[in-house]
Amino acid sequence: MADHAKSTEASRPPDGEPHIRVRGLTMAYGSYVLQRDLEFEIRRGDIFVIMGGSGCGKSTLLKHMIGLNRPASGEILYAGQSYWTASPERQNELRRGFGILYQTGALFSSMTLAENVMVPLGELPGLSAAERRELASLKLSLVGLAGFEDYYPSEISGGMRKRAGLARALALDPEILFFDEPSAGLDPISAKLLDDLILELRASLGATIVIVTHELASIFAIGTSGVFLDADSKTMLGTGAPQDLLAHPPDPKVRRFLTRGIDS
Amino acid sequence: MPPPDSTTTPARCTFEREGDRLILRCGGSWSLHAEHPRFAEQTGALAGDVARLEIEGREIQRWDSSLLAFLHQLAHACREKEIELDPRGLPEGAQRLLALSLEVEERGGARRVATRSNPLAAIGGGVLGAQQATMRALAFLGDVVISLFRFATFRARFRRADLWTQLHATGAGALGIVALINVLVGLILAFVGSMQLRMFGAEIYVASLVGIAIVRVMGPIMTGIILAGRTGAAFAAQIGTMQVNEEVDALETMGLPPSEYLVLPRVLSLAIMTPLLCLYADLLGILGGLIVGVAMLGIGPRQYLTQTFESVGLDELWIGLLHGAVFGIWIALAGCYHGMRCGRSASAVGQAVTAAVVSGIIGIVVMTAILTVVFDTLGL
Repeated sequence: MADHAKSTEASRPPDGEPHIRVRGLTMAYGSYVLQRDLEFEIRRGDIFVIMGGSGCGKSTLLKHMIGLNRPASGEILYAGQSYWTASPERQNELRRGFGILYQTGALFSSMTLAENVMVPLGELPGLSAAERRELASLKLSLVGLAGFEDYYPSEISGGMRKRAGLARALALDPEILFFDEPSAGLDPISAKLLDDLILELRASLGATIVIVTHELASIFAIGTSGVFLDADSKTMLGTGAPQDLLAHPPDPKVRRFLTRGIDS
Repeated sequence: MPPPDSTTTPARCTFEREGDRLILRCGGSWSLHAEHPRFAEQTGALAGDVARLEIEGREIQRWDSSLLAFLHQLAHACREKEIELDPRGLPEGAQRLLALSLEVEERGGARRVATRSNPLAAIGGGVLGAQQATMRALAFLGDVVISLFRFATFRARFRRADLWTQLHATGAGALGIVALINVLVGLILAFVGSMQLRMFGAEIYVASLVGIAIVRVMGPIMTGIILAGRTGAAFAAQIGTMQVNEEVDALETMGLPPSEYLVLPRVLSLAIMTPLLCLYADLLGILGGLIVGVAMLGIGPRQYLTQTFESVGLDELWIGLLHGAVFGIWIALAGCYHGMRCGRSASAVGQAVTAAVVSGIIGIVVMTAILTVVFDTLGL
């Protein structure tokens, strides 16, 4: 949400250019190939779901997209620019536009929640400590944690830690939000509230959202597009909106996954 | 972030008063990366008799968290002064986010209140804390003794593989550094001693000096300090990290007492390995002295060794090895104790490791003093 033009439509690049494009991506650990020939696009404002069974490489794909792992081959383009061929400065700039929520929050355990949110804010020059603190309070209240600024991560519940992680991910007004299993370990109601929060954030921030999940409820409730990875064939079985994938499954496996194995 | 285009104007906001109605006109391009109005500079605007605040934001070109932070503070100030806030003039996204940030009321009592410290209370707290710490340490010691008893009666539950791994890591893994330090200590002792003894033409007694010093105290002390830094720290870090990951809780709920499963193999391995490492350290310390004796003082190797064996009695060796065993057990206990009571954060692991190493080294020095007095009284 780095910037909101008064008319959001006008600020968008021509429709031809997707926000994120993955081209011929092969992911490998050493000589062990995890996934090959991944090819998909994410439009601006999409909520893109990375689906698949356990161990198929969903989280690894996310790590490739946020620049933690280097692709064995292929490229990942952000607004037309390839991440891995960009200069280190440009890569840093791109990364500053990412907000990432890690699976267990990945909060710095020796810092309070406010200090956690203030870490990325340190990147902004010209902000006083009081203003940074105020911004941290704002982000925490956006995720429903008003008043918890001075708590340490070990003193709050798992669901709260996740929301605090989201507050930190939102700190720099990211253009792209990445979520790794946002609802893992949450009760259904908290998971639903988190889904609602994600929808609300997308609607008001206009951010592009990429989610790794295998929660069917979330996939259908919030996903506008997605990709399905398969562990056996080591490649993707299809891409598109979850509803379309269910209506016209490109592979029986996709259908089984999306219907929880209950074939009607 | 796209570069600001030429048509954008800096962020601005002005308050206009109409009776008891206040109108806030916001405009321009609000960005955290550029200069923007701060609420802290505008608090005076709400002073006086205001019943209603309307926000007018049609001229806002771009906005980000800087605008939200401003509005968030404004909304809180309005709530405090019971001013009705009408945000409908804002861009829709900003309206929704503002509503979201105000939606969840602060949970009562959640906010931390700084308590003033009272010196008397601090002293009392310190005494009570020391008492609790003593009880905790005694309870830990009791658990370990019970585990040792169970081990002696072959009922202890721990993985034999763990014991082997620990024996290897604490013993064989330390050979290199123990050798380096003790050869150097032997060299230094011989060199310093020879400067005095040479004045009396008694260079040959360098062998006695080095032999007794190394075998009786210096070998065990140097080995102990190395192990405190190497192995005691490792124990505290391993068990502390297991605390952070709730692995210790998992063991406990499986009915495996951590004092048996984690502490026992570690204490045993150091209790066994430290005396052996001391023996090894003794030999290398004597070798260090021998190098100085032969190379600088012109003593023959055979003569040096004969002198060493004549002056170092078996008592010296036992005393040294006893020192080693005591140090080993102490280091293992300190490392495991601090690991077991580690908090659940990354910095707590760091504190546990520091505490383990510091108490390990202090314990070594204090126990050397005690043992020296004891053996002196016994006439050994």
